[in-house]
Amino acid sequence: MNTIDTFHFVFRSLTAHRLRTILSASGIAIGIAAVILLTSIGEGVQRFVLSEFTQFGTNIVTITPGKVSTHGGSLGAIGSARLLTIEDAIALKHSRYTQYTNASVMGNAEIRTQGRSRRVTVYGQGPDFSRAFNMQVGIGQFLPDDDPRNPRAYVVLGSKAHTELFGGDNPLGAILQVGGSRFRVIGVMASKGQILDFDLDDTVFIPTMRALEVFNREGLMEINIAYQPGAPVEAVVDDIKRVLVARHGREDFTVIPQQQMLSTMSTVLNVLKFAVAALGGISLLVGAVGMVTLMHIAVAERVAEIGLLTALGATRTRIRILFLMESTALSTLGGLAGLMIGAGVAWLLKLLVSNLPVNIPWDYVLGALALSVLIGLAAGVIPAMRAAKLNPVDALRTE
Amino acid sequence: MIDLTAITRIFHMGDQVVRALDDVSVRISSGEYVSIMGPSGSGKSTLLNIIGLLDKPNSGNYALDGKNVTALSENEQAQIRREKIGFVFQTFHLVPRLTAAENIELPLILGGIPPKDRCLRVDAALLAFELQDRAQHRPAELSGGQRQRVAIARATIMQPTVILADEPTGNLDHHIGGEVMSLLEKLYESGTTLIVVTHDRELGARAHRQIIMRDGKILTDQANDPA
Ligand SMILES: Nc1ncnc2c1ncn2[C@@H]1O[C@H](COP(=O)(O)OP(=O)(O)O)[C@@H](O)[C@H]1O
Ligand SMILES: [Mg+2]
Repeated sequence: MNTIDTFHFVFRSLTAHRLRTILSASGIAIGIAAVILLTSIGEGVQRFVLSEFTQFGTNIVTITPGKVSTHGGSLGAIGSARLLTIEDAIALKHSRYTQYTNASVMGNAEIRTQGRSRRVTVYGQGPDFSRAFNMQVGIGQFLPDDDPRNPRAYVVLGSKAHTELFGGDNPLGAILQVGGSRFRVIGVMASKGQILDFDLDDTVFIPTMRALEVFNREGLMEINIAYQPGAPVEAVVDDIKRVLVARHGREDFTVIPQQQMLSTMSTVLNVLKFAVAALGGISLLVGAVGMVTLMHIAVAERVAEIGLLTALGATRTRIRILFLMESTALSTLGGLAGLMIGAGVAWLLKLLVSNLPVNIPWDYVLGALALSVLIGLAAGVIPAMRAAKLNPVDALRTE
Repeated sequence: MIDLTAITRIFHMGDQVVRALDDVSVRISSGEYVSIMGPSGSGKSTLLNIIGLLDKPNSGNYALDGKNVTALSENEQAQIRREKIGFVFQTFHLVPRLTAAENIELPLILGGIPPKDRCLRVDAALLAFELQDRAQHRPAELSGGQRQRVAIARATIMQPTVILADEPTGNLDHHIGGEVMSLLEKLYESGTTLIVVTHDRELGARAHRQIIMRDGKILTDQANDPA
């Protein structure tokens, strides 16, 4: 019996009970569709989050005030920690691997110009900010390289802040009031877009010292160090610690390399994606149980046929293959249908819910398909063995 | 040539031991037409199943065409069933989801005959058994006589040397049964060994040799002159 004939025979068995075949294949189909859909969303979220984080560059170390101890308590909370200051940032500029330093503070404030006003996110940043974080300037320039202790009162607009306050007009040279102080507009950033409901462009950038005044703050929120690409992260961190400990007398700050954050985050996201895939896997398992049941029924109601095939000269191996192929074909058909349903729904979701990050992970798709083939094989093994073990004389006596 | 020597087949039913065949020896030459008769439970089917290699004796020897087949492996026995033996059953045993033509084709598929040859041979068989206009019908759409004709066409499509028919007319009325027997006898006339188990004395008397069994033994085995 050749392969084509075997396939044809199996196909005829499956089409003989169309409804039953469709129902049990749909058990697998739903499972595969669930796996694909859930992992598509999982993968989409993962890619989305990682790209949001890496778009600002990956060779950045962030220093925040206060030391988070391993027991979760924060020294900063006790109040004995010293603030991070502009002077700290200046000191770090001369550290071995430092490419750019940036002292950062952030808050909300009202901005006003020509009778219009708006509440936006105000960033106090240093002149190196745009270079350190790969931020593109649209018009004009970013904050100039002034003395960080006493910078001029310039402001750079986020693209949304620009359009909301100035419409299409060129804002360069205009006076903008941020909080209570007056700033001169010297540039507009290129649009960064929107992350879900969080608008990255509804912002303005002013020099850090000025922002501290606007927010009436003493200390920085964080210092960012962009180190030379290829520099060893551990050495970068050690250098930073040495400089700051010398200034503060002890380690009352926290140094977080972005790479470490990224790898932690991608581990978390991977676990999440796997968990979600496993969830879909449960429905696949339910489908598999249905298939085992169906194959047992198929063997039970075809006992006489098995006896006949034996009488006609089919070997036990042949009978085993026929039933194994039947369950495998069934689950593969279900798997393919599930693949199309899952990918179709994922695609529809992407189309309908534009903000939902959906991304079909093809490795999971292939894995799911291979899994459905395996399920078919596994579901068929015991029934097929049972079929092959039947005594042909007894089998022929049942009708 | 079928050569059975001291064949014993024992079944256990609970603690009861049934000697379905009890030290049976019989020789059937190629091209013979043998009828096997006897009361129900006398071992006729068991004898046929052993001849057809569907069942194994507990003891004794079976040589088919001079070759000891009791010692063969399962696969070798399957090959002999494919190539040398054709079964006809009382209950037809057609595959319900397959058409008449596909049922007839089944042994050719199992035997690995290429599709083109299969087509020719199935067409010829449909013609020979007057089933041309029933080729695409399923068994459920056929009469009893037509079903048994499909079954006989299937049993002969591989041109076996032995046809084993276990009460082939048992489910048919007398007239149709006679027609089916005539078809089987045509096969015998073309040289095939024909062994038929039957309850019907009249049909049994059409064979050239009659074996009568009782309690797992051969009671009489004599030549017969069909009038
Ligand atoms: N698979 C089996 N298990 C137990 N007993 C069996 C089996 N097959 C046949 N027998 C017994 O063997 C004896 C002969 O059976 P069988 O050859 O079918 O008789 P016949 O065909 O002449 O009616 C009977 O008593 C029957 O009950
Ligand atoms: Mg019988």
